[in-house]
Amino acid sequence: MEHVTVVGASLAGLATVRALRAQEFEGRITVIGDEPHEPYDRPPLSKEYLAGTVTEEDIGLTDAEDAELDVEWVLGQPAASLDAAGKAVVLAGGFRIDTDAVVLATGARARRLPGGCPQGVHTLRTLDDARALRDELAPGVRLVVIGAGFIGAEIASTAAGLGCEVDIVEAADVPLQRPLGVEMGAVCGRLHARHGARLHVGTGLAELVGEDRVNAVRLTDGRELPADVVVVGIGAQPNTEWLAGSGLEIDDGVRTDAQGRTAIPEVFAVGDCAHSYRDYTAGPLRLEHWTNALQQPSAAVAALLGREHAAPAHHSVPYFWSDQYGHKIQFAGHRTDDCTVHIEEGDPDAGDFVALYLTPDERPVGVLAIDRARPFGQWRRKLAQRG
Amino acid sequence: MILVGELADLPPGESVRVQGEVAIAVFNVDGELYAIDDTCTHQDASLSDGWLEGCAVECPLHAACFDLRTGQPSGPPAKKPVRTHAVSIDDGVIYVHESTPVSVGGAVTEEVG
Repeated sequence: MEHVTVVGASLAGLATVRALRAQEFEGRITVIGDEPHEPYDRPPLSKEYLAGTVTEEDIGLTDAEDAELDVEWVLGQPAASLDAAGKAVVLAGGFRIDTDAVVLATGARARRLPGGCPQGVHTLRTLDDARALRDELAPGVRLVVIGAGFIGAEIASTAAGLGCEVDIVEAADVPLQRPLGVEMGAVCGRLHARHGARLHVGTGLAELVGEDRVNAVRLTDGRELPADVVVVGIGAQPNTEWLAGSGLEIDDGVRTDAQGRTAIPEVFAVGDCAHSYRDYTAGPLRLEHWTNALQQPSAAVAALLGREHAAPAHHSVPYFWSDQYGHKIQFAGHRTDDCTVHIEEGDPDAGDFVALYLTPDERPVGVLAIDRARPFGQWRRKLAQRG
Repeated sequence: MILVGELADLPPGESVRVQGEVAIAVFNVDGELYAIDDTCTHQDASLSDGWLEGCAVECPLHAACFDLRTGQPSGPPAKKPVRTHAVSIDDGVIYVHESTPVSVGGAVTEEVG
């Protein structure tokens, strides 16, 4: 194997390159990225970067040592198709990159509202998105966030901190139900009101009001919320359309085994675009977690190179965090609808706490903490032993 | 010199946070004491809440690892080292001797907290 092409130049793509060199691959590496930017860290986009407390330089992922990775960067050029039989990645302009192996790390993109949107309506996924939104947030600006998921909640939190007037609209009766369940979703949802943002649940977006520029949001319950800026935070979808007809199995991401192997030899998928088998749940999951994008490539690269790979046991436990209103929310594991919640320590009504998610036979499979990082870390490792 | 507390209150495997010019984390690794800046150089997180693995601490938020002896990060996501500080024990009491502020990106780290 002389040439590996990585499609995707974000965290998972960069982690793949680093893993290739760390695992002694000495051949040629090409990285294709659809954005013009070198790899940068996305989590701060809704938090510190949006708040203006860190710069674009601060969120760059590459450092001086990465210059030794000897990578050919092809940036600002989306891949258009994968020619698995001919062993090539074809760029949007028609240029073919012949390669011996491909690692897909194309990530996900923000889901958008159907149809066109007036000005002042944003999504947040990329640095360019964050620049555009940051330019519009200022004290007194009326912001309506559609969707009280993690990205919506973080933007609401940051905007409230900037002095914006914030309304959040959530179609479900409780935010964050799928990841956290009704009980803990409600606990997190209460953070908004506590910090001056208004959360409207059980109502959806009916219409964006405004000709050239949005000036209000009409809700399905008939109310109208005035808005200078609207952020649509209704989830993300994997960037896999370009792989249609490639022979890969696409089902909410590229289906892979636990090591990132796809249906085609020498083609692997990692990060947000990969719908991979997880040992922890003994089933497939597509994860949009930063930690997964950082850690999954090592295993995939080892499998690609035919090397042994050993990761710490707790890396198998899905993990994500969210920063909202100065609180650190951390979750590890995986909850299912038959889980019950047990408060292990602290008090959710008072503030910081650790909660466990138990299966019907009382086995802990998930842990949630707000502002209790130390016991959370211990539970994350205990979950790895029981998973 | 910063008073940390009684050695007996910091058994092996434990850590504590004390306030100097900036917050400082003190660790007991099998009887050896180490002190480093408490705030992760990656993003705001308290390393004293981290996971001890030998002579390294893993940040509780994003899993950046720092060598307690040198302050150097062992891999992503941290890029910059944390400062290390000397630790002494006098009559069963732990003290930290804070190092001078380090220059980060050409500027002296500002006092926080």
